Amino acid sequence: MTDQTASTPLVTPSPNGFLGMLARRSEAVILPLAALLVGFAVFSIFLLLQGKSPTEFFALTYRAGFGTAFSWQNTLSRTAPLLFAALCVALPARLGLVVIGGEGAIVLGGVAAGAMGALLAQSSGLIAVPMMVASAMIVGGLWIGSVGALRYYRGVNETIASLLMAYIAIALMNHLVEGPLRDPASLNKPSTAPLADNLRVGDIPGWEVHWGLAFAVLCCVLAWVLIEKTTWGFAARIAGGNMRAAQVQGLPVGRLIVGFTALGGALAGLAGYFEVTAVHGAANASLATGYGYTGILIAFLARHNPLAIIPVAILLAGFEASSGLIQRRMDLPDATTLVLQGFVFISILMSDTLYGRFKVFAPERWRSA
Amino acid sequence: MEDLGLWVIPLAILGGAIRVSTPFLFVSLGEVLTERSGRINLGLEGTLVFGAMSAYAIAYLTGSPWLGVLAAAAGGAVFGLIHGLICWLPRVNDIAVGIAMMILGMGLAFYFGKPYVQPVAPDLPSISFGWWSDVPQVKAALRVNVLFLIGAVLAFAMWWMFRATKVGLVIRVVGDSTDAARAMGLRPALIRTLATAAGGAFAGVGGAYLSLFYPGSWNEGISSGQGLMAVALVIFARWNAVACFGAALLFGGAGALGPTLQSVGVSEGYYLFFAAPYVLTLGVLIATSSPTRAMTGAPGELSITK
Repeated sequence: MTDQTASTPLVTPSPNGFLGMLARRSEAVILPLAALLVGFAVFSIFLLLQGKSPTEFFALTYRAGFGTAFSWQNTLSRTAPLLFAALCVALPARLGLVVIGGEGAIVLGGVAAGAMGALLAQSSGLIAVPMMVASAMIVGGLWIGSVGALRYYRGVNETIASLLMAYIAIALMNHLVEGPLRDPASLNKPSTAPLADNLRVGDIPGWEVHWGLAFAVLCCVLAWVLIEKTTWGFAARIAGGNMRAAQVQGLPVGRLIVGFTALGGALAGLAGYFEVTAVHGAANASLATGYGYTGILIAFLARHNPLAIIPVAILLAGFEASSGLIQRRMDLPDATTLVLQGFVFISILMSDTLYGRFKVFAPERWRSA
Repeated sequence: MEDLGLWVIPLAILGGAIRVSTPFLFVSLGEVLTERSGRINLGLEGTLVFGAMSAYAIAYLTGSPWLGVLAAAAGGAVFGLIHGLICWLPRVNDIAVGIAMMILGMGLAFYFGKPYVQPVAPDLPSISFGWWSDVPQVKAALRVNVLFLIGAVLAFAMWWMFRATKVGLVIRVVGDSTDAARAMGLRPALIRTLATAAGGAFAGVGGAYLSLFYPGSWNEGISSGQGLMAVALVIFARWNAVACFGAALLFGGAGALGPTLQSVGVSEGYYLFFAAPYVLTLGVLIATSSPTRAMTGAPGELSITK
């Protein structure tokens, strides 16, 4: 491995102009796509072994996820929380951190928004809505930001800590929703008090998809700008490459780690805000549906690029949107989606070993062929 | 009920510690084996759940709980083997592969386990050490499962293996320095893969205990992070198998806190007591980690402590 890196200089001027640039860029698109297809292929073999038809599976997924205007609405409504959840993985990943507990920030952000909405039920929406957004983002940001702080100041492994905190968050939510914050009128499903109509988030006009999607896409674009076009993003990428070197260079590594994790957590909190205000109408156990975990896979598939997260999240949202129909039509258990995600995840991680192995993607090595 | 007063609580926690600790013990022993070889397998949560499902299904189909345990161990070894083989590839991150294996393990367990949620499988046998007492709570607390005893023996056996045998030394060398291991003519990737497979088998047995003894049924909520907590527990136990035994008992006691308080009628803040093991794990991680000095006892090649 050392020989290989020594023979290819880190920065080479592209000798083949536009074609060379295209070749270099396409590696990051083609390899993940190929890995995705391999994951699908392994899953198809798995289905065949069960005597189920993969063609039927993918045809039904297409129909229920992307086939009609209605299925697109269903898919896109699920995309919003997945985008936020994936950003919560992708932002810390730029610093080399594997944070997988976004679910905790989603859940607590949702509870914070629901509680604030119940508290400010009498005041005008102009005050209540910003307060709800802020409380969701602050709670989410503190939750995941503390994972970053623990990592930097105490050396606590962020992967384990964040997942443990997700379990703690769900227990906290159950405690709050069934105890102090419970609306006495919610009998079967303990919830916070239902939100007043003016505090709820509606649909994007003409789309029948709630505003969360627009904000989530905007956040992806802003996150991309932050990482690719600002000094902070540049510093974060340096620190992610080699933390010790970054410290020696005098970069504020601690502040970067806490800042990026807190930002990711704040965005996951926003996912909780939109789930409560646009989907459920109150905070309850429905907040913990696993969006945070699907977000991990999305971020890895998108190679932690915030813009690539958008199409990948739509694709996976389509799979989740179609899972109900597939369960009924093909008599498959609901865990089928999880199995598919597992195969795709493993395939994408294995593809990491292929980067730099193909001459096609390295213009500087074309002539030596 | 006899008048035991508040003694009921420590007694129930002791009994709970013995009952609840076994899965922690097996998973953490497996993880010690894997991490000592220089690799971390975060996927043991998935292995634990898959082990629980396969043990329950096989025990139900064959009528023998021990065949179930065997199946869980075999399934766990396969999961560990896959993890090890994938990590054999250069530039593949073992932590991320663990997350993927966690998702796949849970997915496959829920997928194949659906038909076994209803049926009742035979339990693993247990030995009553409470014969000398006629207090029912004491008897219940001292009803010890055979797997717990096996786990305790294995903990001491593994401690001895790492201390005094060639196999133990080989694993430790591979875990401390890939270069030194190569210089000695060892094959680090192969040894790590075998250690991960063996670790997976341990975690599978931990899962078998969950579904075949306590709580003793199979459902999708059978483990909520116990495999993950066991991985954290290994850091706390400083990669020492005997310390894992003590840590597992401590965590088992914390896990028994919620149900115990509920059984004596404390319902206020039930969910918060439920979170006690996670909070304890996190607290222990914070207390025992350090940002500056390398952790004592940590294998040199381990990615989480580098």
